[in-house]
Amino acid sequence: MDMSLTTAVARYASQLMIALLASLLVATAAHAYTVYVTNEKDGTVSIIDSAKLEVVRTVKVGQRPRGITLSKDHRWLLICASDDNAVQVYDARTMELVKSLPSGQDPELFVLHPAGQLLYIANEEDNLVTVVDIQKDSVLAEIPVGVEPEGMGISPDGKVLVTTSETTNMAHFIDTATNTTIDNVLVDSRPRFAEFNADGSQVWVSAEIGGTVTVIDAKTRKVTAKIDFKIPGMPQDAIQPVGVRITKDGKRAFVALGPSNRVAVIDTATFKVEKYLLVGQRVWQLALTPDEKLLFTTNGTSNDVSVVDVDKLRVVKSIKVGRYPWGVVVAPF
Amino acid sequence: MGQKSTTQPNRRRFCGGLAHLFPAAAIALLTGAAIAVGQTPTTLAYQSEQAAAAPAGETRRIAILLARELRDLPPPISLLDVRPPDDGVAGARLAINDNNTTGRFLHQEFTLAVVQSSNAAELIADTKKQVDAGASFIIADASAQTVLALSDAMKGRDVLILNAGASDDRLREQDCRPNVVHTAPSRAMLADALAQYLRWKRWQRWFLVYGTEPGDEAFANALRRSAMRFGLKIVEERQFKDDAGSRADGGHEQIQERIPAFTQRAAAHDVLMVADESNRFGEYFPYRTFDPRPVAGTQGLVPTSWHPALEQWGATQIQNRFRRLANRPMESLDYDAWVAVRAIGEAATRSKTTAPPDLIAYMKSPGFELGAFKGRKLTFRDWDGQLRQPILIGTEKLPVSVSPQPGFLHQFTELDTLGFDKPETNCRAYAP
Repeated sequence: MDMSLTTAVARYASQLMIALLASLLVATAAHAYTVYVTNEKDGTVSIIDSAKLEVVRTVKVGQRPRGITLSKDHRWLLICASDDNAVQVYDARTMELVKSLPSGQDPELFVLHPAGQLLYIANEEDNLVTVVDIQKDSVLAEIPVGVEPEGMGISPDGKVLVTTSETTNMAHFIDTATNTTIDNVLVDSRPRFAEFNADGSQVWVSAEIGGTVTVIDAKTRKVTAKIDFKIPGMPQDAIQPVGVRITKDGKRAFVALGPSNRVAVIDTATFKVEKYLLVGQRVWQLALTPDEKLLFTTNGTSNDVSVVDVDKLRVVKSIKVGRYPWGVVVAPF
Repeated sequence: MGQKSTTQPNRRRFCGGLAHLFPAAAIALLTGAAIAVGQTPTTLAYQSEQAAAAPAGETRRIAILLARELRDLPPPISLLDVRPPDDGVAGARLAINDNNTTGRFLHQEFTLAVVQSSNAAELIADTKKQVDAGASFIIADASAQTVLALSDAMKGRDVLILNAGASDDRLREQDCRPNVVHTAPSRAMLADALAQYLRWKRWQRWFLVYGTEPGDEAFANALRRSAMRFGLKIVEERQFKDDAGSRADGGHEQIQERIPAFTQRAAAHDVLMVADESNRFGEYFPYRTFDPRPVAGTQGLVPTSWHPALEQWGATQIQNRFRRLANRPMESLDYDAWVAVRAIGEAATRSKTTAPPDLIAYMKSPGFELGAFKGRKLTFRDWDGQLRQPILIGTEKLPVSVSPQPGFLHQFTELDTLGFDKPETNCRAYAP
């Protein structure tokens, strides 16, 4: 009896050790995050394991999925199913459809309020921003903006929303307390993305056809800098900035440059381009892992995702996904 | 028998259907103005919904006029090619709405009035009245001759004519005018765009068939020029003289016999090129030629400024917006008119002025650029006022490609591989 008990204890202890070791191993290896990529043409989401750097699952979602984000508690994955005129809510772990939110016509991109309850959706065809309560599934407001709103950025304190309208060529600053426009800043042609830096002092707006990124002072709403791009041997017309991401320390920005197949790395202190990273074809959207060690890029025409090592500023892998990958978000699990 | 239409004969329609017969009535209801197709002269005024919401007081107005010359054209051989009565007008209206959505933020308001007549003198007289009343921008959907007469009538005034309807190369060349810019692509641009694609395909031996209308000869000339330019060979030419354009109950029996006979024993060719700008016989060629060869030119595979099924570069959005406004697909004349009105709007937004001389100067300046669902900025050439733009190559249902094609290089912009380039221009009068 004693012997067997000892054996059992020993076995239990060794199992515990293995379990401990295993958990240690997981902890010391690169954090495994879950990367979700919408494939516009396939109507699917590719799920990538950031440690293995491979697609672990492909899930059918609504028609023409584009913008994608996670709820603040990371439970829900929100997807703009543009051709279904809905924002679909999936359980981020099981990928079961939880519900569809009212979204207005043709939702393309959206942004969640930092408090987590309100979703601001760009309705390209109605020249509106729709404000939706994602818990109560209700539309709280519709804010008229310029022609074809797309880019959506929100200040870290949640007080100011910026939406860019692609044909009006403006960044509209909206007071989220009153849902009214407080200012309109003219930028270059076809602005597609708006991104606040972490301290909320600047908004970066990319202009796809204009070929520039405009940095706007969030307080005065005056233009601080205009960044343009030059790639040897590349026609200027092919340099089309879309997605923008700024690191949490505010020191570095990444800008996806569309059909020039490059991501520009920008020093935010000087607004100078440090480096152009060659990625897949027609790169549009970007997402950093929570530890900011990796950057994922969606390359629409080559049907893949490039993975950038942020410390080394090197492209380390390209991962085949579905057809015309569009949006990307990374979950901290 | 003739169909009164504002349409350019060389315009290719991609989508037909009868839905487009209704919008005219809808417009009349919307504006309260009387409209009957063919009733001349008619002046219509459109105000967009957004304009009404603009803050009162400080709002500045920019008046735009669309001058349409109604032309007697033979009916197209396909029922699907019957023109919508608001061809071009709907495109201009959409752009007015777009301009006003933007203008709301800048206290600028854009209005559109339409004058139309089948009599050029009358059209010009009506246009003058509108200009006297404050319009400074004229979108012209008219023949080359009438565009020139309009230009002369506006001489010395702060007026800009935006030619959205005439593709004649002479308006960009020897007959260019300082007060005219062109949003419609020239025949040379269209032919070059198609030639580049065929060169890329290596369909290099062309059998050219052209009709008897002046436009057919002009397009055939443009094709001959393009062939020379891009190293393609016209191995044989034939003129199609039969009056094939009339429709009848029955007729396939004869055409089925006639087209193979007409195309028999041609020199060895890769593609049959057809020049039939008024849609009178070209559509008879695909699937009926003696040799099994693809057909391109004004029918079959065609070059165009717009395709109603284009979805790239955000085009889906404007297609949907257009369909909601006009209840029909967007055609190339709509696009060319949309671009013209948007160019004025863009100039007003960027220069932050509504004064016509300043706007005109800005549109002609190197700083002007327009995003217009073609994947790159559109600008005006400073030697002839022609809008630089990619040209779509398409079949009836889908775009096939976009020119300039890869590999056709240019020291300044590849877009200038389409049409008459600066070193070869014969335009002397245009001043940026």
